[in-house]
Amino acid sequence: MGSSHLRPRTAMAIRARLGFVILLSLFFSATLSTALYEDQVGLADWHHKYIGKVKHAVFHTQKTGRKRVVVSTEENVVASLDLRTGFIFWRNVLGKNDHIDQVDIALGKYVVTLSSGGSILRAWNLPDGQMIWESTLPVSTLSKSSLYVLANMNVGKDNLILVFGGSSIHALSSMDGQIVWRKELSIDSLEIQQIFQPHDSDIINAVGFVGSSEFVVYQISYRTGEVMQQSKASFESGFCGEASLVFDNLVVALDASKSSLVSISFKNEVINFHQINLSDLVPDFSGKVTLLPLKFNGMLAIEIASSILLLRVKGANELEFVEKISHPFAFSDALPLSKEQQAFAILQHDESKIHFKVKSDNDLRNEILKETIQMDSQRGNIEKVFINNYIRTDRTHGFRFLVVMEDHSLLLIQQGEIVWSREDGLASIVDSTTSELPVEKEGVSVAEVEHNLFEWLKGHLLKLKGTLMLASPDEVAAIQAIRLKSSEKNKMTRDHNGFRKLIIVLTRAGKVLALHTGDGRVVWSVLLPALRRSETCGNPFALRVYQWQVPHHHAMHENPSVLVVGRCGHGFDAPGIFSIVDSYTGKVQNSLILEHSVSHIMPLPLTDSTEQRLHLIIDAKLQAHLYPKNSDSLKHFFNEMPNIYWYSVEVEKNKIKGYSLESKAELDTAEEYVFQAKELWSIIFPSESEKIAVTATRKMNEIVHTQAKVVADQDVMYKYVSKNILFVATVAPKAAGEIGSATPEEALLYAYLIDTVSGRILHRVCHQGAQGPVHAVVSENWVVYHYFNLRAHRYEMSVIEIYDQSRADNKDVWKLVLGKHNLTAPVSLYSRPDVMVKSQSYFFTHSVKSMAVTATAKGITSKQLLIGTIGDQVLALDKRFLDPRRSVNPTQSEKEEGIIPLTDSLPIVPQSYITHSLQVEGLRSMVTIPAKLESTTLVFSYGVDLFFTRIAPSRTYDSLTEDFSYALLLITIVVLVAAIFVTWALSEKKELKEKWR
Amino acid sequence: MEKGKGLARRWAVEFAENSSYSSSTSDVPDPIGFNRSASDPDDANASRQKKDAESAWKSQKAWEVAQAPFKNLLMMGFMMWMAGSTVHLFSIGITFSALWQPISALQGVGKVFEPYKDSKVDILAPKLLFIALNLAALALGVWKLNTLGLLPSHASDWVSSLPPAPEVEYSGGGLPIH
Repeated sequence: MGSSHLRPRTAMAIRARLGFVILLSLFFSATLSTALYEDQVGLADWHHKYIGKVKHAVFHTQKTGRKRVVVSTEENVVASLDLRTGFIFWRNVLGKNDHIDQVDIALGKYVVTLSSGGSILRAWNLPDGQMIWESTLPVSTLSKSSLYVLANMNVGKDNLILVFGGSSIHALSSMDGQIVWRKELSIDSLEIQQIFQPHDSDIINAVGFVGSSEFVVYQISYRTGEVMQQSKASFESGFCGEASLVFDNLVVALDASKSSLVSISFKNEVINFHQINLSDLVPDFSGKVTLLPLKFNGMLAIEIASSILLLRVKGANELEFVEKISHPFAFSDALPLSKEQQAFAILQHDESKIHFKVKSDNDLRNEILKETIQMDSQRGNIEKVFINNYIRTDRTHGFRFLVVMEDHSLLLIQQGEIVWSREDGLASIVDSTTSELPVEKEGVSVAEVEHNLFEWLKGHLLKLKGTLMLASPDEVAAIQAIRLKSSEKNKMTRDHNGFRKLIIVLTRAGKVLALHTGDGRVVWSVLLPALRRSETCGNPFALRVYQWQVPHHHAMHENPSVLVVGRCGHGFDAPGIFSIVDSYTGKVQNSLILEHSVSHIMPLPLTDSTEQRLHLIIDAKLQAHLYPKNSDSLKHFFNEMPNIYWYSVEVEKNKIKGYSLESKAELDTAEEYVFQAKELWSIIFPSESEKIAVTATRKMNEIVHTQAKVVADQDVMYKYVSKNILFVATVAPKAAGEIGSATPEEALLYAYLIDTVSGRILHRVCHQGAQGPVHAVVSENWVVYHYFNLRAHRYEMSVIEIYDQSRADNKDVWKLVLGKHNLTAPVSLYSRPDVMVKSQSYFFTHSVKSMAVTATAKGITSKQLLIGTIGDQVLALDKRFLDPRRSVNPTQSEKEEGIIPLTDSLPIVPQSYITHSLQVEGLRSMVTIPAKLESTTLVFSYGVDLFFTRIAPSRTYDSLTEDFSYALLLITIVVLVAAIFVTWALSEKKELKEKWR
Repeated sequence: MEKGKGLARRWAVEFAENSSYSSSTSDVPDPIGFNRSASDPDDANASRQKKDAESAWKSQKAWEVAQAPFKNLLMMGFMMWMAGSTVHLFSIGITFSALWQPISALQGVGKVFEPYKDSKVDILAPKLLFIALNLAALALGVWKLNTLGLLPSHASDWVSSLPPAPEVEYSGGGLPIH
């Protein structure tokens, strides 16, 4: 795929030799290609690969050679990491809903993953990540499924993989994924808890609960799946479902009231229950017990009243207290050191320190390893730990710890040191915004970024050689190296073109990171204290990030800041969280838990005198709260309040409601910043025929250069440019599901354009036989949306352009020359202007993950649509292809205007993939940021990976390219000046001779 | 070159006596009894005739000069037709030369008719014709400029950079954040 997107360098050299005419014709040609040359990759773009928060990890260090760890993550990634460096050997991203339940290694060469609620089992080749086989298991998705890879049990040369969940067990061959046998244990409501294999036997044991009070043990032959033995017993006070296998013949479970432990011993069809009295161990015990999953022979971990007790099980009714651990902590699973020895690790936080303890079952009182390391406080607490051992030169065991932190970062710790760390929280970005960098000040030395003159000249001479094709291969490599590490782009100050910025991202873990656009490095990061679990806020999560203060004219001494909004808990009525973070340093300036909930956030087009942007927060009770809370902002707000409206799209009720604001009747001082909503209008979609599928609005900060569109023959059309335009697409409820679930006759898609101030429907169009998924983007006066056409069995893209008919009469040149028109007078949406709509549809080959549109500083440059394709690439498509004025045979003047003849489908030019050969795995969103240079847009796309580049939809017409040889220009000028002097001297001489003749 | 010449002729000493005449004619002195100032009536008559012929010739020449732009006009028209109506280097060059030529000609209208200036010759009419023809050429140039679309004669030329009208109302909201 890669090479097809990149043209070799020689093509450019050839092009450079061609004359002016060719260049001109290239400039005017219909398809402007924006492709990169192979050596331009990495100059303006960067691509970072992540995996997400690790859920499971399996080490593979037995063999000599590359040591690796195979991990599965919450972003549905299964990856193999280099244990020495943390780099990704390979990585596979599963589908969005294909959550990985478990991962293991089979046969020492396959990575086996169980996903989609235990219904899909896949094997990947360990060295390179190729998929070996896949098999689908018919399981009910209601129950939790687990994977068990049988070790050392050969059926022929094969090992079996057991998948169990609910009442069924599947045994699959690890060679080819064929189901060897399948056992449906014919008891209703059976929940298999554990499968295990007693030492060196042909039998596997399955233990589980039936209903809430019965305990079952099955002995199953692993060769055939035949049930050899089955025993059952019921316990009158019932179980809650949690159980922990302690020995091969002993299970400890929690009873139904979750207040006491029950040990269940089973041997030869005899099952004995034994209630364990906890008050012997814990003198003042009361309340509930939680059983912690500690897979360690003979050990139990229970949580009582927020402290954790480690207990040793000595017999069916005998427990011994080992250790008490306090929060925060993490356990690892058991690690077999030898045949009879096992070890596990306990990690404990002590402010900024982490204590590592490894215990083995020989001596639980003492540790075989005890280490303490200092941890960056911005990583939060430890969430998970996986351990692995190695044999030191003195034959003792050393341990590696793979640690997952609260901010989702992954670290490898060995011998009390962090060997490597990965910032994997960046795989789950929730929202992003940008900030300018500080202005370069006099006297502030920007360390080691300026070349001295000699080096500058040397570099340019090298470049010149390259242009003249005189450079040797070594020199070509040197040129490439110079270009790639160009320190110019990584400076920490603002640049003239506005390419250098900070991208401030908010991750799901509640961490805010600032990335430099030059190379994507993390400039600062902060784990927001307000978004961490605490007593006041048990389950916080991050929602959005907004620009809070951008000093331009006033408050110049202050740094810009961003507002992070979160919520305590998942309900809509849960209280909100506010945090204001300095954009330059990452310092938390202010942080508070709100008294109200957050259901809408409206950044207003108003700022107070310190240039803090006014925000309206609408809570679940439809009250609007104004921030920042100061009298100055209130004053500004009151001036504009009659003109501020808001609307709410209620998908469940199939309704859109518009509101205005009014002051509360009783004016308490505390309620000064709270406003009441007054319902103005509502649009109710008929629920039997329509269901809201998608809504889209214009970006608030989008800048439109002109209201007029000049069409062929110098005619003019006036765009209906309104910020308050809402695009809504509804689909027939029958066709709301997957593609193919409805017939073309049943499927209908309606597209609406709604004015959100007055609730007026400006336009409505119906697409017969079309269904979702719908993706839409609104910009200037147009909407582009993407959907599936069931009749044509193809995806389609439609464009609607909307024009203001009431302005169309402004065509008198003299009036315009003299300025006698009201085209720039403020308009009210209550004036109900007549609109005229043009639309057109085209086929489009790809299905789409997300859509965006380029944005430039002044809005002069033509637009490109950015389409996130199903292959996780970003395609740039000129808006000119989606022009409703396209026709099959455009007239001469239309051709001159640049209208492309109509074709039924939109072309996909391989060179217009802005991600060139790369893939932004798990692509979720694309953000466009205008640079100061009018021609250029910065594009930041994120998913599991991050990709940043800058694109110029109409080429960089306002700057010289990076390739431009200044040395050549300089030399030309010098030569010309020299020639002028020489010829002047010569002519003088000749003159003199003439005179003496 | 010009400058050099000027330098060479900054001063000159004429050693010949009769310095009022050009050196070529003053080589030989006038014969005795010849009076340069005395006029011969016959000669005067002949010279009048000669003068008449000269003024006729001058007036004819002036008319010729006055009509010269007409040919130019035709050629320009042909060139413009050849150039087509799309904006590119050739058409722009031709149009601008078509505009420049009449303007420069109009600027030098006095100089053009300088040699034909005579008390007896009426050069006003040719001058007017000359000006009219050049104006016509200028008009042709402007017309060409317009056909190229380079004149702001359409509404679109005046509104294409008008910013969108500001809106009074502001509305926000959307889907509840989840």
